[in-house]
Amino acid sequence: MTAAVKFSGVSRHFGQVRAVDNVNLEIAEGEFFAMLGPSGSGKTTCLRLIAGFERPTAGTIEVFGQSMGDVPPYKRAINTVFQDYALFPHLNVIDNVAYGLMIAGQSKQARHKSAEETLELVALGGYGQRKPSELSGGQRQRVALARAIINKPKVLLLDEPLGALDLKLREQMQEELKILQKQLGITFVFVTHDQGEALSMADRVAVFNNGGIAQVATPRELYLHPQTPFVADFVGSSNVLPADFVKSLVGAAQPASLRPEAIRIAAEGHAGVVRSVNFLGSTTRLSVQLDAVTVNVLCPLSDAVPKVGDAICLAWDGADMHVMEGAHG
Amino acid sequence: MADTFLGRTSDTLWRHPRLLILALLAPPVAWLGIIYLGALFALLAQSFFSIDEFSGLINYEFTLKTYGELFKAYNLDIILRTVAMAFFVTIAAAVLGFPVAYYAARYARGPWKALFYLGVMLPLWSSYLVKVYSWKLILAKEGILNWLFETLHLSWLLNAYLSLPIIGGNSLSVSTTGTFLVFLYVWLPFMILPVQASLERVPHSMLEASGDLGATPAQAFRTVLLPLAFPGIIAGSIFTFSLTLGDYIIPQIVGSSRRFIGQAVYQYQGTAGNIPLAAAFAVVPIVIMGLYLWWAKRKGAFDAL
Repeated sequence: MTAAVKFSGVSRHFGQVRAVDNVNLEIAEGEFFAMLGPSGSGKTTCLRLIAGFERPTAGTIEVFGQSMGDVPPYKRAINTVFQDYALFPHLNVIDNVAYGLMIAGQSKQARHKSAEETLELVALGGYGQRKPSELSGGQRQRVALARAIINKPKVLLLDEPLGALDLKLREQMQEELKILQKQLGITFVFVTHDQGEALSMADRVAVFNNGGIAQVATPRELYLHPQTPFVADFVGSSNVLPADFVKSLVGAAQPASLRPEAIRIAAEGHAGVVRSVNFLGSTTRLSVQLDAVTVNVLCPLSDAVPKVGDAICLAWDGADMHVMEGAHG
Repeated sequence: MADTFLGRTSDTLWRHPRLLILALLAPPVAWLGIIYLGALFALLAQSFFSIDEFSGLINYEFTLKTYGELFKAYNLDIILRTVAMAFFVTIAAAVLGFPVAYYAARYARGPWKALFYLGVMLPLWSSYLVKVYSWKLILAKEGILNWLFETLHLSWLLNAYLSLPIIGGNSLSVSTTGTFLVFLYVWLPFMILPVQASLERVPHSMLEASGDLGATPAQAFRTVLLPLAFPGIIAGSIFTFSLTLGDYIIPQIVGSSRRFIGQAVYQYQGTAGNIPLAAAFAVVPIVIMGLYLWWAKRKGAFDAL
């Protein structure tokens, strides 16, 4: 099967800045794919490369087997939900949504009918006559989504679309986006800096760092087996145990990852002192200073929680400690 | 502090914020109301009087006769000529000004932006009269433009153009085309600046979104950029249109002997002593601008304000 999107050795340099550097990537058809990374890691530039707003300095991008080298954005069967939504302020909601169909030359009646149906799909039926300025952030986000999916793109790009929404609305939209994606069967490429969002929504996640991809994996794989210290730290805030420490435990001179919830307070084990205690609701996060390293520990709500300055012992199963083989990112 | 006079004043103003607004607005409102509008209405009132054709004295009785004068062929001719000139100057200024404004809003940064402002504003720093006279020199038969056409062996082209009726003449400096060029030069900054300000507020993602949804650059321009820049173009055109309607110096120095509204006003109130007709002429640009603004509002030019 041809990949929906395929990057082969793609770079995008802005002068001396290597925004995207030699990226190889395949996104399967119908996949919900997340690009995760801190700001400046190259994930948004990758998205803009797919859309055609940027052209690669080197390498090729294929969409369903067709090279995109000389194809301008307006000839690509790809639509984007922009971070700032980019709704046209001079058009009302229905004309915003019908914009792509208007450009395609559909009659006013036909395109307004489709637009009304698409608005129903994003739960905004009856909002057609309003201006974007009269909508809330969440509603604008839905209009932007409707405007993109009405054109039945082969690939839908979403650039941090939930970033501006408050927590409750964000969680609701995450759920709705997932359902919508399954319903439409369109390949979604989703850019976010929120690892929780990426893990909960995506089929696969690419973690970006410094213009390159640190790891591509399913959310579960990424969380359980991060391949680099960067991924371990960025996804799920795993503890990264330094190579010397790991060597003293298992003999391999490589850093290893250890998830905070895999550590428990025990009668004996690694002795340490509690440096901070943060109550998070369902869990409590401790920062514990061992001899060689400070680790984060998540205690379940049921446990008795030590106080700052207490001397405690920590223990974990050897199987939960993952030596990171490809450790450079 | 509080018991000094200044202290007590600021305390009072803090407790009564409306007093502060009143104090700030009273002088400009008085100026606008009495001197500015008052003078305008005094002028307009004159237009409802008439002149006695034998004695040359003003007859202070209400009449619409003076307005009737405007519709005589030779006066109507002046009005139509002026409106046509204002129309073409405005269109040309929009066409020429838009790319400049777009470049400045979208690409110019730092020193280039400063250079842009300097370049656009610089002509406004020098005397208007000097600029118009220097254009007369440029456009004259012995001027640099004629020389350029001769050097390029294109004199035949210029002569063919000048032999055309209405827009032509003996040389560019005494042709309607010359008047048009000078108007365009003098009023162009008044178009560029508001258009640039309106383009400045269009986020680049709008154009990307338009292209993303399948619009070619030409379609994106027509369906997104132009409607969003429209308030700026209207603002600019209000300047270029009304300034051209009212000017009397440029057509007097550069151009044919055919008169414009400004010249008619100047001559009727001066040498002819026909203040009522001059006032009636002065009303014409006001009415035209009123109609123009009404049309622009209907077109939604001020929706984005």
